[in-house]
Amino acid sequence: MNPATTAATARRVLTQLRHDPRTVAMLLLVPALLMTLLRFVFDDARAFSAIAPALLGVFPFVIMFLIASVTTLRERTTATLERLMTMPLARLDLILGYALAFGLLAVLQVGVATGVSLLWLGLDVAGSVWTLLLIAVLDALLGMALGLFVSAFATSEFQAIQFMPLFVLPQFLLCGLLQPRAEMAWPLEWLSTVMPLSYAVDALTLVTRSAEFSGTLVRDLVVVAGCVVVALALGAGTLRRRTA
Amino acid sequence: MLRDVGFTVPRGSVTGLLGPSGCGKTTLLRSITGVQVVAGGTVEVLGLPAGHRDLRSRVGYATQHPAVYADLTVTECLRYFATVLGAPASDVDRVLADVDLADRARNLVGSLSGGERGRAGLAVALLGRPELLVLDEPTVGLDPVLREDLWSLFHRLAAAGTTLLVSSHVMDEAARCDRLLLMRDGAILVDDTPDGLRAATGETDLERAFLRVIREAA
Repeated sequence: MNPATTAATARRVLTQLRHDPRTVAMLLLVPALLMTLLRFVFDDARAFSAIAPALLGVFPFVIMFLIASVTTLRERTTATLERLMTMPLARLDLILGYALAFGLLAVLQVGVATGVSLLWLGLDVAGSVWTLLLIAVLDALLGMALGLFVSAFATSEFQAIQFMPLFVLPQFLLCGLLQPRAEMAWPLEWLSTVMPLSYAVDALTLVTRSAEFSGTLVRDLVVVAGCVVVALALGAGTLRRRTA
Repeated sequence: MLRDVGFTVPRGSVTGLLGPSGCGKTTLLRSITGVQVVAGGTVEVLGLPAGHRDLRSRVGYATQHPAVYADLTVTECLRYFATVLGAPASDVDRVLADVDLADRARNLVGSLSGGERGRAGLAVALLGRPELLVLDEPTVGLDPVLREDLWSLFHRLAAAGTTLLVSSHVMDEAARCDRLLLMRDGAILVDDTPDGLRAATGETDLERAFLRVIREAA
């Protein structure tokens, strides 16, 4: 591992994005726009406050999943990955470089969406706003890490995009946002227990409802962070020095 | 894919790997750079097994389709690869001059022509002054003047001690090589110097010499 290479990779990914200002604008503004839309759909600050925090975690999760899987797939198909694999670059440097760049982007994205929700949309958070931000950024990193991992199984960008409904939407349906998890049939509840997004949404709900930094909240954070680390390690495992 | 392939490339020379498309040139070059899964046999590069960790900064590889980031400028792209290789920052300007791309340095790689993009890919391979350069069809799609310039560059590098293995499917480039490897259907038919091949076949034209070898092998 080499911190200079990790930093150079992060800078390279961010420079690539800088040359694509439309993507950056969408990344930063779309979640905030969707939150605004949601606020008007409910037309009621209390109903909005009940669901908004969970969505502050879900939107960056979905968007980062897509961005990361397409970016990595591009790196694989344009042979730049193969070139990097012939160079003295540890696979972890590449993965961490990506995590750093997308993590920074996630902080900005979540920051804008949360700021807009708190200032103008009447979102009411009982707990710490910083904890809320932390969970949302972890969600974004989780989406990024999963996207990176599954891109190894896609051979075209069409396939990579299809992985979103396959890997992300079931987590969204089962995370407790649409129906409390305890009220689901046992196979579904069991499934939701092994899906990381359930813990993220649980943590976001806890932070909104109570100012207390409870043991459950700590457990949720540890689970989500652990899943990020596991997914990043799995992603690093899919980068092969030798291919057929 | 490859059968009974065995050869050594002398240091400080330009060896041409010639053969038609699909004969296995790229597979062979990928085996040497250590990115190809090799089913059997050994590939040794600079005294180490191909793909060895210590070779990663000593072997430069330019793939056939230029592996460069289309959404970076030429300089940004080279700077990134230079950092990864641990090459000095001044290397970026040197390799840009080597491939005659200095006037396009600030352009996005994606806006370059095919030939320019190929040269950008070649420039990456030159970063860090590798001891062995593996170049997969570096002159495809270039105008004759540029092709001439690149071949002069290859010989300058070889004179300075770099070993080059250059693939091509254009037979007229064979005469520019110190040694020749002619491949066909995954096997090496010729491993000789241009003069040696001319003497062995009694032909003065290398293309005709190749044809004779192929007919005799059939």
